[in-house]
Amino acid sequence: MSLSLPHALAVWRRNAAMYRRTWKWNILPNFFEPVLYLVSIGIGLGAYINEMAGTSYLAFIVPGLVCVAAMNGASFEVTYNIYVRLNFEKAYDAMLTTPIEPDDVLAGEILWAITRACIYGGCFFAVIAVAGLAPLPSALWALPLIPLTGLLFAAIGIAFSLRIPNIDLFSFYFTLFLTPLFLFSDVFFPLKERLPAGWLWVGEVLPLLHPVRLARAAFNGEAAPVLLWDVVYMLGASALLLAWARRSVERRLTN
Amino acid sequence: MIVRLRTVSKNFGDRPAVNNLSLDVPAGICFGLLGPNGAGKTTTLRMIYGVTRPSGGTIQVFGLDISQNLRAVRARLGVTLQQNVLIEALTPEENLRVFGRYHLLREPELSRRIGEVIAFLDLGSHAKVPVKQLSGGFQRRLAIALSLMNRPELLILDEPTTGLDPAVRLALWSRIRELRAAGTTVLITTHYMDEAQRLCDRVAIVSAGKVVDEGSPADLIAAHLAPEAVELDCSPEDESALIDGAGSAPRRLRMGNRVTFYLDNAAPLIDRIRRHDRETHRPIVVRPTNLEDVFLALTGTSLEAGR
Repeated sequence: MSLSLPHALAVWRRNAAMYRRTWKWNILPNFFEPVLYLVSIGIGLGAYINEMAGTSYLAFIVPGLVCVAAMNGASFEVTYNIYVRLNFEKAYDAMLTTPIEPDDVLAGEILWAITRACIYGGCFFAVIAVAGLAPLPSALWALPLIPLTGLLFAAIGIAFSLRIPNIDLFSFYFTLFLTPLFLFSDVFFPLKERLPAGWLWVGEVLPLLHPVRLARAAFNGEAAPVLLWDVVYMLGASALLLAWARRSVERRLTN
Repeated sequence: MIVRLRTVSKNFGDRPAVNNLSLDVPAGICFGLLGPNGAGKTTTLRMIYGVTRPSGGTIQVFGLDISQNLRAVRARLGVTLQQNVLIEALTPEENLRVFGRYHLLREPELSRRIGEVIAFLDLGSHAKVPVKQLSGGFQRRLAIALSLMNRPELLILDEPTTGLDPAVRLALWSRIRELRAAGTTVLITTHYMDEAQRLCDRVAIVSAGKVVDEGSPADLIAAHLAPEAVELDCSPEDESALIDGAGSAPRRLRMGNRVTFYLDNAAPLIDRIRRHDRETHRPIVVRPTNLEDVFLALTGTSLEAGR
């Protein structure tokens, strides 16, 4: 293990310096996406749904959309952007001529992806708080889920990005992985109520389902033992994937 | 010794990229690593700054074993990669700031150092223009400026002037000489022999992952070839006719129809060529033997008669 936090932060600051140049173009689409879902599905479709799981439909989907915003913020960063830095810009080759080591690169990139998750998740949370859709103070418990969701999806995305042979495969990642997660992870309906009894475990495998369940519990101000499993899943899956990504980064950057 | 390689090898799969290479780079000189494409120059450099691990042998930089002291060694050296690695959306100043932070430079030292390298490499006129709008020569100077941010004791330049126009090359050479004069050890790879001859105090000629010979450019030329070179277009039959009855056959090198003869005194050969040609005076180039000739002779494209 050779991680130096100051060097990891130098990697983070490289990305931050670039982001300061481009955030106006980046932030708008990412920020509007969950807001559009909120309006279209929550308010539009929700008008035809009397209640779901004991609340209004709008109130049902808001916590999940916070997690979706965090997931998307992290995912774009660790897919296309990392792939470009690794294969086209060769940014990591330059870093490795300085005291920065592969572990610092990985840590810096993960921290940056979490930052992006916090920017998007935080913006969306601010919108719903202003709109009166976040019951305070209990909904504040959902805030730590934003970086945790960022960490989880940064770890998943980076493990994928380091292994794929060409950039076109990211369209699979988005349409066959992130989109189904978005649609089936309890955000829009309780998945468990729609799955046959023998298939309940499928829901537990989906990574987005865990932060969504935690966020909903926070918004409702209720705790249950299953939430402990959700936290363990998120931290455990992140740790395993990062351990794997560490080896991949080392192998991709040195020989 | 600033850099000391002992019987270093590196294999990629079955292919040996570097094969039992030993090298000493003394302090304060400009040392050139010369070799054809694929000779193992870049792999050797990567092993020196610790990104490629040798399959065998030992590498010491600043007297430290690189495998045990990666961060400490890299803090004291600078590397300009073959391909410029710049952030195109940012200005030169911002690029330098980002890179300075990789070395953990902080304000006010960071800004002071940015000012110094901008002045040193004449980047001031475009310091606030996004890199993607800059010319190739400007981008190359910026890439070198980045590697100077930490005031390196050892500067590693991998083909620093490939693809640059002559004016930019001359300007860069003078900067490299200034750095050396100020005490920086410079390790450079190039396949431009004129660059090596003008810039380097010592060169090592590398072929197929091995050092073929090493020394100052002048010593290498004197050790391998006679001082005068005569170049002309010449068929193989003419060639044998010209060396027939000229005592011991001179060393020569053929590239297609072009033959270069290496001689202590060119005059008798020129005389023979003129007599052989009679009316048709073919153009002849007579020049001092240079490093390019030695390089070609040592890396296997030379013909040697009489042996």
